[in-house]
Amino acid sequence: MNTQDAAINPRITPGPPDPVGPEVNPFADVDFCELERSLRRPRTLVDLLLSNLVSAMTMLALIPLFSVVLMLLWRGGQRLSLDVFTQLPPAPMEQGGGFGNAILGTLIMVALAALISIPLGILSAVYLAQSRPESPFAGAVRFGAKILTGFPSILAGVFAYGVLVLTFGGYSAIAGGVALSILMLPTIILTAEDAIRMVPAKMRDAAIGMGATPTQTTWMVLLPTAMPGILTGIMLAIARAAGETAPLLFTALFSNYWLFRGGFDLKQPTASLAVLIYNFAGMPFDNQVDLAWVAALVLVLLVLVTNLIGQAFSRRQIHE
Amino acid sequence: MRNTTNAEKLSKARIDTAQRSAKETASNGVVIDCNIDELYYSTFKAVRDTSIPVKKNRITAFIGPSGCGKSTVLRCLNRMNDLVRGFRFKGHVHFRGKDIYHPSVDATAVRRFIGMVFQQPNPFAMSIYNNVAFGLRLNSYKGPVAEKVEDALKRSALWDEVKDKLQKSGLSLSGGQQQRLCIARAIATEPEVLLMDEPCSALDPIATRRIEELMVELKTRYTIAIVTHNLQQAQRVADNTGFLYVDTSDGGRCGYLVEFGESGQIFNDPREQYTKDYIRGEFS
Ligand SMILES: Nc1ncnc2c1ncn2[C@@H]1O[C@H](COP(=O)(O)OP(=O)(O)OP(=O)(O)O)[C@@H](O)[C@H]1O
Ligand SMILES: [Mg+2]
Repeated sequence: MNTQDAAINPRITPGPPDPVGPEVNPFADVDFCELERSLRRPRTLVDLLLSNLVSAMTMLALIPLFSVVLMLLWRGGQRLSLDVFTQLPPAPMEQGGGFGNAILGTLIMVALAALISIPLGILSAVYLAQSRPESPFAGAVRFGAKILTGFPSILAGVFAYGVLVLTFGGYSAIAGGVALSILMLPTIILTAEDAIRMVPAKMRDAAIGMGATPTQTTWMVLLPTAMPGILTGIMLAIARAAGETAPLLFTALFSNYWLFRGGFDLKQPTASLAVLIYNFAGMPFDNQVDLAWVAALVLVLLVLVTNLIGQAFSRRQIHE
Repeated sequence: MRNTTNAEKLSKARIDTAQRSAKETASNGVVIDCNIDELYYSTFKAVRDTSIPVKKNRITAFIGPSGCGKSTVLRCLNRMNDLVRGFRFKGHVHFRGKDIYHPSVDATAVRRFIGMVFQQPNPFAMSIYNNVAFGLRLNSYKGPVAEKVEDALKRSALWDEVKDKLQKSGLSLSGGQQQRLCIARAIATEPEVLLMDEPCSALDPIATRRIEELMVELKTRYTIAIVTHNLQQAQRVADNTGFLYVDTSDGGRCGYLVEFGESGQIFNDPREQYTKDYIRGEFS
């Protein structure tokens, strides 16, 4: 709007008052009460109530989260020391001790599970998103994966128990890893498929227009571009797997000893943080209960660190 | 496996180039001879009776109203339409005398000879350097990649703006720079033909001018086919121009070639009434 218009419009610049005639209020016809914020108006009232309700509910939802974290820091932080990482679980009535073997066991079994589920999950996602997105088989796989995300984890344990523990005679880290991978796989497939689909079609066109084969397009463009999203899915899956107890009870059971006692052996019962917490939390000994708290804290920290690493990775991917 | 075969094809074809150039002069320098009798998307007849010769080291422009099938015809020339489900056509597209739709022809190899620049700038989400090197990597190029990248960026008039930030993401550039990056990416592998589908439509007049100048420079080495809505642009850069129009007579919306010729003739002395109307309409 130019200055001339502004001068003509009396509401914007009233102009100098006429020295002869009476002063005219150019805003006389505006009812300013209309503009005032008033609680008497239902619109304002409802808005105020609802906004506050939303905030209140959010607080409410955060209470359990914060109380768990605080409780963990409070109860677990006290006993956190180097010992818990290096020592073995104490026998009943015994003082001190740690759960180094359980940390190692969790790391190894989650790593095993990741080793199985990440390649499998990403390749299936490529198939679903890229190779044959609309085939009935893809539809069936997608449906199955969705069902599996809500799969009761104990069933994954029972399955691995039936297939591996019974067949190969005995609880083992391998069986534990397989059970966890069953839980990780659907999350990875579905998030990776989404991430690949989110890659803009014009980038795929660009690659194909350059003469890339479908395989080259997938490996050189789609997967690198989708990597941040895929990593997020992997992190989610790892976080879930690391905290699972039920499947491990059926597959890896527990052990009071180091995994590499007399040579590194994945075919023996293996300790894990989740099962240790489950075992110790219910014991009538203070020492064990305290250790269960520390183990819970360590487990949360492990998941946190994994997540941070994953995020750092995906950020580096984006800003390359 | 496919990599190596394509690379082999590529180098073999380079050798063939010299032998064939004689044959090309005989065929009036036509690199792509495109002859579309009927083209369908599923049951929808999109284009009919369109035959356009794309000549070597010339810029051939396709003009016409929206929806008349310019992009469709252009995308036929390097088999990009293969990606569209339900696409089929009657006719032929000959590249250097070879039918690129022949069952024995590998569509991906065709696209390495006939590159494409799209309407929307579409760099990959990777560094500027890797964007340009992409085609070289596809072909498992063994030579000095860095030199090729620099050369392509220079020829696409982008080098001075990006030489200090080659490792930055290609997506961090402005729209005009992104489009020039896409051109650099396309010419890094030295294709014979460059197809450009409204390459300037997302750009401001200054960036548009730069790309136009670039096209005129590039035509000394490549053959260019361009779709444009901008008639002045076609007049400024194109040597030959084809005018497509939509035929709605039998209830469909079928594009067809109304007139093809030297740009000067098409714009100053069009033979067909439709062409006259279209060009006059745009100018008034
Ligand atoms: N992938 C597709 N599937 C089905 N129909 C299509 C597809 N692409 C284009 N068409 C149809 O083919 C006709 C020609 O489209 P095309 O994109 O070639 O037009 P155009 O001349 O490039 O138009 P514009 O100038 O707007 O880009 C249009 O009627 C369009 O609806
Ligand atoms: Mg178009």
